Amino acid sequence: MSLARVFIANRGEIAVRIVRACRALGLECVVGASQVDMDGLAAELADRVVCIGPAPASESYLRPELVVQAALGTGCDAIHPGYGFLAENPALPRLAEENGVRFVGPPPEAMELAGDKLRAREAAASAGVPVVPGRELSSPADAEVFAADAGYPVLLKAAGGGGGRGIKLAHSPEELHSLFGVAVAEAGAAFGDERLYAERFVADARHVEVQVAADADGAVVHLGERDCSVQRRYQKLIEEAPAPFLSTDTRDALTAAGVAFARAIGYRNLGTVEFIVDAASGEFFFLEMNCRIQVEHPVTEEVTGRDLVAEQLRIADGQPLSFTQDDVAFDGHALECRLTAEDASRGFAPCPGRLTRFAVPDDIDGLRVDTHCRDGALIPPHYDSLMAKLIGHGRDREEAIEIVHEALERLEVEGVETNAGLLAAVLDHPDFVHGRMTTRWLEEAEAGRSPSGYTRLDVERRHQNAGLDAPRR
Amino acid sequence: MALSDEDVREILRLIDESDVSELRIETDGFSLHVVRGSAQRTAHSAQEKAPHSALRTPHSVNGATIDAPMLGTFYRAEAPGASPFVDVGTRVEPDTTVCLIEVMKMMNSIPAGVEGTIVEVCAENSKLVEFGQPLFRVEPA
Repeated sequence: MSLARVFIANRGEIAVRIVRACRALGLECVVGASQVDMDGLAAELADRVVCIGPAPASESYLRPELVVQAALGTGCDAIHPGYGFLAENPALPRLAEENGVRFVGPPPEAMELAGDKLRAREAAASAGVPVVPGRELSSPADAEVFAADAGYPVLLKAAGGGGGRGIKLAHSPEELHSLFGVAVAEAGAAFGDERLYAERFVADARHVEVQVAADADGAVVHLGERDCSVQRRYQKLIEEAPAPFLSTDTRDALTAAGVAFARAIGYRNLGTVEFIVDAASGEFFFLEMNCRIQVEHPVTEEVTGRDLVAEQLRIADGQPLSFTQDDVAFDGHALECRLTAEDASRGFAPCPGRLTRFAVPDDIDGLRVDTHCRDGALIPPHYDSLMAKLIGHGRDREEAIEIVHEALERLEVEGVETNAGLLAAVLDHPDFVHGRMTTRWLEEAEAGRSPSGYTRLDVERRHQNAGLDAPRR
Repeated sequence: MALSDEDVREILRLIDESDVSELRIETDGFSLHVVRGSAQRTAHSAQEKAPHSALRTPHSVNGATIDAPMLGTFYRAEAPGASPFVDVGTRVEPDTTVCLIEVMKMMNSIPAGVEGTIVEVCAENSKLVEFGQPLFRVEPA
């Protein structure tokens, strides 16, 4: 390893995760923290912590120049951006490169291509990867021509959007007309790019994504797929690997498409190619590529037995992939629940605060917990509300669900409200157990419109101090 | 110039309306020293000034220190070999430049933000300083 010291430009559980990967590889690490995160677990575990700015992310975690300056000033030779914040901002790899610091991620050009949703669609199509029927729009009239052909409803998307942002759904020509102007204005304001495109709307879609890894020599492999269909407002709550209830043919075609796309855009390091799978027809379509390690990477790590963050660091070091496609094998099933500080009684509004108690059981076989939380930890109001990822790895899906369910039941959290009750209720729900979830399922189930009409999802079930007040399965 | 009783009353009235806890005026052959209450003139007075100076400068004066308003490389002088902006014993006004902080080749002039005398230089030249790190200790005026 030519790298010696890694700068971690992130916070929370992923900063802790990166510290651990550095330790596993014998690398030193420096955490760049905002003022409110100086007492955090990552800061404590790292060799050194530097305060890069005040609490607001716009004055700390979102400033490439501060990150690179801090990395240089602490003698680091690489920067790991984690996810979110600067992870997919090409300014960071550019500035790092100019200053002789390695960026743990893809080249800025690949990041830019993937970040431009229209260019990414074109690249996917020319690589033979199926894309949702759609195209760039020049005017509201043009949008109506497209919609008349594709059929309503249609999605209006911002070319510069992504991760669920900048998307509108139009059900009629009137709605399309009125949304068009709004969408253009919003796209310009939010992404600095007014280009819009339209896509056919896939009503019952599963979100399935392919984990890929690519090295500097051009080797590209996949590490299987993940299903992340349980979402609220495009935010994932529960992820699993492998994607359940998927035919072998579809699975093979999906993973091959993921590799083809990554290869086509000259990707390097770890990344995720996202697809939607039409639950009715089994067809799949390219959605976008995420140029970073993802929140849900642990489920892939559990079923493949590989440390993906360590692999990221090895690739950034210039080493070839430590495994070939044939070496990638899958064992059992893994499922992750995202525990967040949110108040179910207030529409899942973020619920920041000081944790007076945080304890997860340590005697459950197959349970892994990725977290920065502990007794006394602060959940600041400035950032996202992710507290911990509870990951269960079992012989099969049922066992993985049981492991996480038990962890949720025995979890002890005091000081903030969490979504633990909701997570347990989803795991209990027959639709989830039988794989009838789509990306719209959770919101419909919460509204009492479960597709099967089976059970209303009981979100009122609340996590109590002494454990979950949820029925045993 | 001398101050009349009327002048002194006027000065006292102004002090009453302000946050000032201590005032010393010296003119030819006349000196006036006013101390409010028990007048613990320490870091406290500097702290009271902080909100005002924070409006004009991006950084806060914490107690009797000038803290780094941003992370970057700390430079005590305009250029290598030049004399430092300030040293121990230098009297500073709120807008006196005390150092430069470089962030990716952008040099940021850092004003004192407080009135007083530099009593200690707390950071090392050309080294990284963190956000909020004390750069200088100041005896407030």
